Amino acid sequence: MNHDLPYSLEITHAPDSRGHFGTYGGRFAAETLMGPLSELESAFFSAWNDPTFQENRIALLKHYVGRPTPLYHAERLSKENGGAQIWLKREDLTHTGAHKINNTIGQGLLAHRMDKRRVIAETGAGQHGVATATVAAKLGMQCDVYMGREDVERQMPNVLRMRLLGANVIPVDSGTATLKDALNEALRDWVATCEDTFYIIGTVAGPHPYPLMVRQFHAVIGQEARAQMLEQAGCLPDVAVACVGGGSNAMGLFHPLRDDAVRLVAVEAAGTGLEREHAASLARGKPGILHGNLTYLLEDEEGQIQGTHSISAGLDYPGVGPELAAMLDAGELELEQATDEQALDAFRTLTATEGIIPALESSHALAAGLRIASQMSPDQHVLINLSGRGDKDMNTVFKALGWLEEAKR
Amino acid sequence: MIHNRLDEVFARCRKQQRAALVGYLTAGDPNPDTSAKLLDGLAGHVDIIEIGMPFSDPMADGPVIQAASERALAAGTHMSDVFNLVQHINDRHPETAIVLMGYANTPYAMGVEHFARQARMSGADGVLIVDLPPEEEDLLHTPLQQAGLHQIFLLAPTSSEKRIRLASEKATGFIYYVSLTGITGAEMGALDGVRKQCERIRHHANLPICVGFGIKTPEQARAVSEFADGVVVGSAFVAEIAGHAHDAAETLRARVVEKAKAIRQALEGHHGQR
Repeated sequence: MNHDLPYSLEITHAPDSRGHFGTYGGRFAAETLMGPLSELESAFFSAWNDPTFQENRIALLKHYVGRPTPLYHAERLSKENGGAQIWLKREDLTHTGAHKINNTIGQGLLAHRMDKRRVIAETGAGQHGVATATVAAKLGMQCDVYMGREDVERQMPNVLRMRLLGANVIPVDSGTATLKDALNEALRDWVATCEDTFYIIGTVAGPHPYPLMVRQFHAVIGQEARAQMLEQAGCLPDVAVACVGGGSNAMGLFHPLRDDAVRLVAVEAAGTGLEREHAASLARGKPGILHGNLTYLLEDEEGQIQGTHSISAGLDYPGVGPELAAMLDAGELELEQATDEQALDAFRTLTATEGIIPALESSHALAAGLRIASQMSPDQHVLINLSGRGDKDMNTVFKALGWLEEAKR
Repeated sequence: MIHNRLDEVFARCRKQQRAALVGYLTAGDPNPDTSAKLLDGLAGHVDIIEIGMPFSDPMADGPVIQAASERALAAGTHMSDVFNLVQHINDRHPETAIVLMGYANTPYAMGVEHFARQARMSGADGVLIVDLPPEEEDLLHTPLQQAGLHQIFLLAPTSSEKRIRLASEKATGFIYYVSLTGITGAEMGALDGVRKQCERIRHHANLPICVGFGIKTPEQARAVSEFADGVVVGSAFVAEIAGHAHDAAETLRARVVEKAKAIRQALEGHHGQR
């Protein structure tokens, strides 16, 4: 293939033929979806092994998304923070402002290849919705995005962007009116429309083949970062840090580093505290079945899914990708948390020291990454996935800082 | 081999040359006490009663049954209430077969062995888990079999020949054919297509076939009964509660019973050509 990007097309650490990562994953779906899921699985593998599909995908990643994204040595931040050198993988600089588009390009091209005229998506923070709407506009497909009513309100700029891009945003009022309910509603839509509709799931969760497929489309993050670290720092990082809601940016970063001697740190949203309201499924959940896969869930003793809280809509999800669950059990993953407050602090720190405004989701990774780096030595390296930019979070941040009231006075 | 009340129901209906009426209500809707009266009313007029286990995230259900789950959970319905309701119906309607219906996370969270034992002890005859396709059935298979419970699988318009064979091999009790590509309570698919699919399934499965999703009126029930062994009505019963959840239990019960009677009559007045 004629490109200069460090992408490997080999699929390693694959789940078994039924989509199980260890005891997790699988395909716990309504009968109506079982046929369409098999069809999707075959279509994905056939596309993945088709050089033309890969050439198209990689060309779009390069010329449309803007890959490779830079690896940035945050020298001032490293100095201020003390300890290890901090490296930021700049997914915030992609077209549409977050890593989510790596996956929607892949699934969008796949939808096109499968002759589907319509795509649907669920979205929390709105980044996946925007990335889906963007690809739908580019490929000329109809697009409906399900979004919890609560998220519609706190992520209004993204709602309006989706509308501009020609997508129809459907607010979801059922359940807790957040990401999990948007996923339920998208699944209900798909059950009725699978004939001509492609469901673009935005994270490494859902029934097989979604967790595998989404990981493969995001692996470019870690593949680039790995090569860039070797080139720019002369070594691999000691630690790689990513925030985890469903886990797409984390799997994208971690997957290509799994076989290296790199500590992989997953940072979950601790909300107002782990003893209060949070979204830390890996730290505080237990195995259960939701949205088509077996994974760690936040639920009560009878399996009813619990409401979650995080200042960042993108992390506000009671489950997590099944492969992360398997990696945690296998001891491949370290867990960290950041509270709303700690994420806000990290948000302000990066803004003030480097002039980079991160997404609130990524601010969780930053908060934990800075903590870890401060206990290491200056000749060590911490790689943090800056999964998105903070433009969408201005209102939430101003509100949390009390600036909106101040401005009114 | 499992043989219980479900098998007896189909044998009885065959003798009477009519399709079985299968009625669904969500346990605990709108609250456990009223639910006991409603299930009791319905159980007196159906051959098989499906009792839904309320779940916070009912992905395969339309708005009517979603709301029923939300009402039940808001009223504090727990699995102990669900089993008490099953027991109550079992005590009062010894001839009505009972199927527990719900989502995989409920038995999984309880522990599948514990769930199967409790279900059988309280009087259930079968279990239908919407998001547990034959590919994942090993999760529940052995516990259900040991408890003497039938494991019922769904087939849908999108099911391939291969999947029909797979479900036919794994299912016991009956096969539940989903008449439409969609969620519960939507509009039923064209009758001709449903009939053809049932014939395809019958080719592979030596089991009764019940048809559900979207059957709301006595007329629809009668039409489906011409080629199916059972007719499932769910959302239409639940809809009698929706919007009236605060009515007296007796009023709600009367509404459910009236609906059930009308559909039952349509089936009894019509001896199929089978």
